[in-house]
Amino acid sequence: MKQMTFTYQPTLSAESVTMQNEIAMAEEIKDTSIISIKNLNVKTRDGAILKNINLEIPKNKIVVLLGPSGCGKTTLLKSLNRLTDLHKELKVSGQIIIDGQDIMKAGQNLSAMRQRMGLLSQRPFPLPASIYKNVAYGLKLKGIRSKKLIAHSVETNLKRVGLWNEVKDRLKSPATSLSIGQQQRLCLARGLAVKPTIILADEPTSALDPISTKIIENLFKELKQHYTIIMVTHVLRQALRLADHVVFMYYGEIIEQGHPDEILKNPKTTILKKYLIDGN
Amino acid sequence: MNRRKIIEEWIFKTISFLAAYSVVLILLYLLIVVFNKGIGALSWEIVFSLPKGGYYFGGGGGILNAIVGSFYLSLGATVLAVFIGLPAALFINVQLIRLKRTQNTIRFFLDALWGIPSIVYGAFGFAVMLFFGLNASLLAGIITVALLITPILVRAFDEVLKTIPVELQEASYSLGSTRTETALKVLFKQGFAGFITALLLAFGRGIGDAASVLFTAGFTDNIPVTLDEPVATLPLSIFFQLSSPIEAVRQRAYAAAVVLTVIILIISVSARLLSKRYSKNIIK
Ligand SMILES: Nc1ncnc2c1ncn2[C@@H]1O[C@H](COP(=O)(O)OP(=O)(O)OP(=O)(O)O)[C@@H](O)[C@H]1O
Ligand SMILES: [Mg+2]
Repeated sequence: MKQMTFTYQPTLSAESVTMQNEIAMAEEIKDTSIISIKNLNVKTRDGAILKNINLEIPKNKIVVLLGPSGCGKTTLLKSLNRLTDLHKELKVSGQIIIDGQDIMKAGQNLSAMRQRMGLLSQRPFPLPASIYKNVAYGLKLKGIRSKKLIAHSVETNLKRVGLWNEVKDRLKSPATSLSIGQQQRLCLARGLAVKPTIILADEPTSALDPISTKIIENLFKELKQHYTIIMVTHVLRQALRLADHVVFMYYGEIIEQGHPDEILKNPKTTILKKYLIDGN
Repeated sequence: MNRRKIIEEWIFKTISFLAAYSVVLILLYLLIVVFNKGIGALSWEIVFSLPKGGYYFGGGGGILNAIVGSFYLSLGATVLAVFIGLPAALFINVQLIRLKRTQNTIRFFLDALWGIPSIVYGAFGFAVMLFFGLNASLLAGIITVALLITPILVRAFDEVLKTIPVELQEASYSLGSTRTETALKVLFKQGFAGFITALLLAFGRGIGDAASVLFTAGFTDNIPVTLDEPVATLPLSIFFQLSSPIEAVRQRAYAAAVVLTVIILIISVSARLLSKRYSKNIIK
């Protein structure tokens, strides 16, 4: 039998009637997976934040991480592009294989590795520069000097996030002069400009109004044709609308995962059942 | 609201009112005294000419030597302090972001340095000067004042950098920046208004300090041309004139104090204006 690609809490193993089914499904995912996380542990001195995470992220899909506050969703997301490096107190171990490369191995070219992933945080954090420079920033880091190429990319990516018409006359204004919803789309455009293949989004709409939220959601649906999106959300209905695959976490462990219709409508574990009831 | 709460509220309001306005009043009173005593002796001649022979006994001339000298010295010291202090503050906030304890230890030391009286810097500078066989000079003064103001500059800038959310650094890294790029292109720019404030704060402290230049900068009636010549400074100029037995010379000391005060006020106001101007790009 091949290795299982998700973990259950030991106490839950009684509920493993449909496990055979899921193993088959997990193996199917594995064939097209772009990220595979193996035995990922993140610990602090006070205890474990992520406990032995095994997860396959399918390519060109939206994977939604669900779970109560503090269960480690943000930490998991940050492990993927090694932003956990910024915190010495976090001890990370295990393997994260992206496109066949283990990003945990020392000597990696961190910058290039991080540029393969775009990051959207809970609240937009535009760089202290103009709208134009925000999108151009990553390109310049990549060593692109051609003004024409940069201008082209700025325009394309602003168009992609539906911001071009709103800002084309004031590209030189500070990025902070935009509304929060616009800033969030700018941050997305800025991330897309460096041509990532993966988008990491940590509650990207939690600070946004319903209309901006809708825009981001629709963008994600479009973008998934070319990108793999890993998104954290607390909004169950958003998960239902967007997710191709839902991962439910609880106290640093993956409890259940699967297709949203299946997992959100017929949860198998009592923990998820309870979470869904409380969440609605 | 019951009676007790109303009285409590009233007492607290009155105390804070008095406290706030008494600070402002004391400051105003100080300004009035200095200006009142000095304005009579203030003239174009005082501000724009060098002291002539017998100036300190009531002869003609002015304090241009001290005004220009003070600018030379503080500018030199500020430039030196920026060269050391800017990388230091960025280093603490970018390279050491993982090492919270090291960060705090460094901050503790800088705060301690900030608190050391300037006469101690003066004495230290004097010892160093003798060790290297230097004379009291512009260079020795610049180095001593730089020692005095570097901790101020670092800590003032650091306090601003500290408040920048870590998510902004994360955004920078996620776009592929290295640590150096994050420090220079993101943190420095984000904290630029704070940097200007720190710079002017340090400059103001440097231009107003007497004790650190007492033994190290010397005093002269001329404007120095090279770094190894002695240099006059406004605080010392005030000190020498104020200790004169002649009333007219003591009056000029107040005129010099007015000049120094005006310079400091201009610096404070520009610090405010500039930091406003440069904070337009900043996440609030
Ligand atoms: N740098 C750190 N040092 C110590 N503990 C940390 C650190 N970062 C996160 N934690 C802890 O790890 C746990 C998981 O945090 P994380 O931010 O990943 O949760 P989350 O699932 O994203 O929660 P939320 O839904 O509220 O955003 C929390 O208990 C948190 O306190
Ligand atoms: Mg989180």
